[in-house]
Amino acid sequence: MKNNGIARKLLSAPYIVWAAIFIIVPLGMVFYYGLTDKTGAFTLENIAAIMSAEHAKALWISLGLSLISTVICFFLAYPLAMILANMNVSQHSFIVLIFILPMWMNFLLRTLAWQTLLEKTGVINNVLSFLHLPALNIINTPYAIVLGMVYNFLPFMVLPIYNSLVKIDPNVVNAAKDLGANGIQTFFKITLPLSVPGIISGITMVFIPALTTFVISKLLGGSKILLIGNVIEEEFTQAGNWHLGSGLSIVLMIFIIVNMVVSAIFDKDGEGSFL
Amino acid sequence: MIRTVARKIYIILIFIFLYAPIATLMILSFNASRTRAKWGGVTLHWYISLFDNREILQALWNTLFIAFISSFIAVVIGTVACIAINYMGKHKRAIVMGITNIPMLNADIVTGISLMLLFISLGIKLGMGTILLAHITFNIPYVILCVMPRMKQLNPSTFEAALDLGASPAYAFFKVVFPDILPGVLSGFLMAFTMSLDDFIITHFTKGAGVDTLSTKIYTEVKKGIKPEMYALSTIIFVTVLLLLFLINKAPKEKLD
Repeated sequence: MKNNGIARKLLSAPYIVWAAIFIIVPLGMVFYYGLTDKTGAFTLENIAAIMSAEHAKALWISLGLSLISTVICFFLAYPLAMILANMNVSQHSFIVLIFILPMWMNFLLRTLAWQTLLEKTGVINNVLSFLHLPALNIINTPYAIVLGMVYNFLPFMVLPIYNSLVKIDPNVVNAAKDLGANGIQTFFKITLPLSVPGIISGITMVFIPALTTFVISKLLGGSKILLIGNVIEEEFTQAGNWHLGSGLSIVLMIFIIVNMVVSAIFDKDGEGSFL
Repeated sequence: MIRTVARKIYIILIFIFLYAPIATLMILSFNASRTRAKWGGVTLHWYISLFDNREILQALWNTLFIAFISSFIAVVIGTVACIAINYMGKHKRAIVMGITNIPMLNADIVTGISLMLLFISLGIKLGMGTILLAHITFNIPYVILCVMPRMKQLNPSTFEAALDLGASPAYAFFKVVFPDILPGVLSGFLMAFTMSLDDFIITHFTKGAGVDTLSTKIYTEVKKGIKPEMYALSTIIFVTVLLLLFLINKAPKEKLD
């Protein structure tokens, strides 16, 4: 039996070493850079930099657009997840595949395709003018960014909600109906509360990437609208101020950690997981 | 009756939303005009010139190589980790799973930056190697996510029975445990492969000059205008995957599920 203990330690070693080097240490480095200046002295300046007009504006726009996108994703995804859950598709994996499949077309190209669709003389406007409807001029505006976010992250809202809906015991729903609850009551008293883990993990999986994206704003916002992700990316790739970039990343991580804690509270068993 | 029709319409609308950009890209791959703003008639030219474009082919090779190797290594490390995690006490397990969740819940931009800082301060030259290390790191959690549920469903007695009957632990693992967790391992591999293939942000920060995957190549082309060959290549990849999935679904269903 003692032998077994050593064997188990050996089994866990590769991953624990890997996680320490490539997950924990790098995060430590972000904190190190974020909390020091170029001479290596401790400073809070890089974090306080978020208060400067330019950075604060970027953060507010990011928060606003990602919140709007998350809400839209939720209202689009919930009915869809309910319909899919009620379809009794024998192959659960088939539904997952339909939402994973677009990922095989490159994410940048898919987002760029929206340019072609949204442009002044683009596909959508041609269809609209054919139908004698007013043109839609949203390319290079915050609306286009929201559309890009909803488009890219909708699957991450649908799948967790779908998973938690499928897991609901139909007997519970039937019991509610037997006891005289109507459809609306059953939904708000039974279905919705039982799908909360899925909703929470869906919100996390949409909100965080939307909040931190720099690609969608660059491709669909016409590089006029700076999100906090754009600011950080430029600090690392162009301005070369890693300390400032890391400091702003720490600010982002505060939002991420709050989100993780909230989802941990609601989703103790990982029930609403992505798969 | 109205309800089922409404439901169908809703599903169709969402699918149009999800797949319209993909259809657009496919149509653009046949566009004889070089710019995507103008339609110049149908051509297969880009499908032919694609195979003369060494830069794109190199990027494709890099992408597939990184996706395959990183998913394979992630599957090995992740599966072994699952076995170990399964034996851990409640406390230790919670900590390890918590750490596992970090790359998935953390923003890609932060993961990318943190790895870039690590590589640069260790003096590792950014290039293929660093992209691979980064991809393995963000792939492992997906593997663990896929394998762990299968692991939990396992009956531990079967493994012990095999040991009692004289099998070595490794033999018992491959004969008894592995077949049971195989569907999880396969879906973990597929998931990791897809994530690696579609990743841009983390690659963007961990790649060096001169090394490009399809994603980073597209990103640098955005300003100059995407080469139509890129649309052709994406269409080929997408249709290939679609056909593969169709064949897998058509094939006599094994006991995978």
